[in-house]
Amino acid sequence: MRINKSVPFLFVAVIGAYTLGGLALHRGETINALWIVTAAVCIYAIGYRFYSAWVAARVLTVDPSRATPAVRLNNGRDFMPTDRWIVFGHHFAAIAGPGPLIGPTLAAQFGYLPGILWILIGSVLGGCVQDMTILFLSTRRDGKSLGQMARDELGPFGGFAAIIGTILILVILIAVLGLVIVNAMKHSPWATATVFATIPIAMFIGGYLRSFRPGRVLEASLIGVALLLGAVAFGGWVDHQEARTWFDYTGLPLAGFVIGYGLLAAILPVWLLLAPRDNLSTFLKLGTVVLLAIAIVILRPDIKMPAFTQFVDGTGPIFAGKVFPFVFITIACGAISGFHSLVASGTTPKLITNERDIRMIGYGSMMLESFVAVMAMIAATLLDPGVYFAINTAAGVVGAAPDAAVATISGWGFPVSVDQMAGLAKEMGEQTLFGRTGGAPSLAVGMASIFGTAFGQGLLAVWYHFAIMFEAVFILTTLDAGTRVGRFMLQDALGHIWKPMGRTSWYPSVIVASALIVAAWGYFLYIGVIDPNGGVNILWPLFGIANQMLAGIALSVATGILVKSGKLKYALVTLVPLAWLALITTTAAWQKVMSPNPKLGFFAAANDLAMKLASGALPPEKAAVAPTLIFNQRLDGWITVFFTLVLWFVIADMLRVASRCLRGLPVPPSAEAAA
Amino acid sequence: MSVLVNAWKWLRRLSGDDAYERYLEHARAEHPDCIVWDRARFCREREIEKWTGVKRCC
Repeated sequence: MRINKSVPFLFVAVIGAYTLGGLALHRGETINALWIVTAAVCIYAIGYRFYSAWVAARVLTVDPSRATPAVRLNNGRDFMPTDRWIVFGHHFAAIAGPGPLIGPTLAAQFGYLPGILWILIGSVLGGCVQDMTILFLSTRRDGKSLGQMARDELGPFGGFAAIIGTILILVILIAVLGLVIVNAMKHSPWATATVFATIPIAMFIGGYLRSFRPGRVLEASLIGVALLLGAVAFGGWVDHQEARTWFDYTGLPLAGFVIGYGLLAAILPVWLLLAPRDNLSTFLKLGTVVLLAIAIVILRPDIKMPAFTQFVDGTGPIFAGKVFPFVFITIACGAISGFHSLVASGTTPKLITNERDIRMIGYGSMMLESFVAVMAMIAATLLDPGVYFAINTAAGVVGAAPDAAVATISGWGFPVSVDQMAGLAKEMGEQTLFGRTGGAPSLAVGMASIFGTAFGQGLLAVWYHFAIMFEAVFILTTLDAGTRVGRFMLQDALGHIWKPMGRTSWYPSVIVASALIVAAWGYFLYIGVIDPNGGVNILWPLFGIANQMLAGIALSVATGILVKSGKLKYALVTLVPLAWLALITTTAAWQKVMSPNPKLGFFAAANDLAMKLASGALPPEKAAVAPTLIFNQRLDGWITVFFTLVLWFVIADMLRVASRCLRGLPVPPSAEAAA
Repeated sequence: MSVLVNAWKWLRRLSGDDAYERYLEHARAEHPDCIVWDRARFCREREIEKWTGVKRCC
């Protein structure tokens, strides 16, 4: 490397160190969001320029002269050499979901600093490396899936674990996402009418693309996005009519609606609902991310949340548990997401023209995803902390009456008043913002204040509902796509027991498998809705543990392959993140299972509730649902135990293969395709 | 002007708007003796392929 090329990066390093140090040491009233953005950009620049280049050249030994599967197996459809920026766009659209928006919003209860530090460090050293490595390994294996690679390189157990892990994480993920939109639509006719309207819009665009103008994606999407913006206006109009009561629901009917929608979306052909909705959601996603970044830079808002709150000690109202390990579990996708390894092994490797591009596509896309998480953290922490806690804390924690809630929250040292909350709710066009858990409403308030200040204050309510619509559209896309993936995997698994079930287009099999998957996540969604503490406090940590566990499986596969290919000392690149993930998921799982604190431990919560039920201390409406909640807490406890065992079995399997390899004993041969 | 043209091309490529044209190009160049699908058929097949497997994430 020539010195003159490195000089600019010396400046980047100095600026990065200065802003990060400033962030870490700053203890004032507020700090400007630009400090966070600058520190993030500098860290990404250095991570990309030096670390990713080193990993690509030394660890993976990327070979630009080697023909990729896209070139060798080009069929003009799925295998096709594609411009790297286009692949980057597709890959980013595939990995970027609602996770990095919700995780940081919840993790903000610890203050901005723990979350920001993990988003930056975790992505540069963990998440980006995982995505790039799996993308590389799958490219070298003609686009094989993570499950296949685990089976080929480690043994049948690894493959089985990857599939079971994927189905379970899907179920938990969809349930928590469903809960997030149910909470966003609860008693909000504007939001509900807007979200309902997105369904016929997607179907109209689906029909347009199918029969009227096949394949004209661009014009159809433009029409669709215009209609979606119209839907936001329509919702606002409905909200001022008598008909608003038609869209005013409590949690349970909305959950029923989401479950019914999920079942329908999994059974209906993709062209009718899933594909057009996905197109629209991708446009909205990219547009909103760019708009948010521009608005933050123009506006340079002040962060009002302190760097650390007292809740790092584990007494947090949004979810229980100390900052270690729960900030890592909660941030999840914004720093490292196991789910990405499923996308990075599959479609993307079949499009890569040259191995040289793997660095930019794998490492770069995850960097951008991590930046989305940074922006979500900014949007959550620029709110007054009192407002943030009032929106995100369940009524079961601070009390259902506004007076009680503001008194409790102000008592924590985050002053907020009933008038302030009422004024804010009115500005946002909502009846109330108290106890709107799940992260979506608070993110929407944050986004609305950014957009409102940058692009027009008068439209706060419209911006708020635009943000809700934006979140709902791509949560529903993940819900559709996830249910369908779960269905395919289940059909595949059931096909081993009874052949006809494996036929993916046989209608009875389609309906049975879809119904099973929807019933599984529908159950968790139902429990979340009836839980007086909001449900998110249970489901999100469970999702985080599952997601980090899947990342652990992916990193185990990568480490095993690196050792087998004789790169023992370089295996640290994946082994260190793996060890860290194993440590945090195991610690979190241990606490969720063993903690005697009913707010934290699943079994402790079940026993606590059982005792209250037996002693007759519960009011009748709570006593009615108590047995269901008790059963669910125990079930969640056992699921956590299962996750941990699966992860450790895979790690043990990898260590077994690695140690056999080092001792010169036979191991499964490398499945790398010949050059 | 060429910037705008390029941006438009890039947008079409990114959104998959030009997928059929690229398929035709590929089919004519590589398999001139095979029957090519019409636009509607191609889009149907492409959609099925696109939505088999894990295509969206959290």
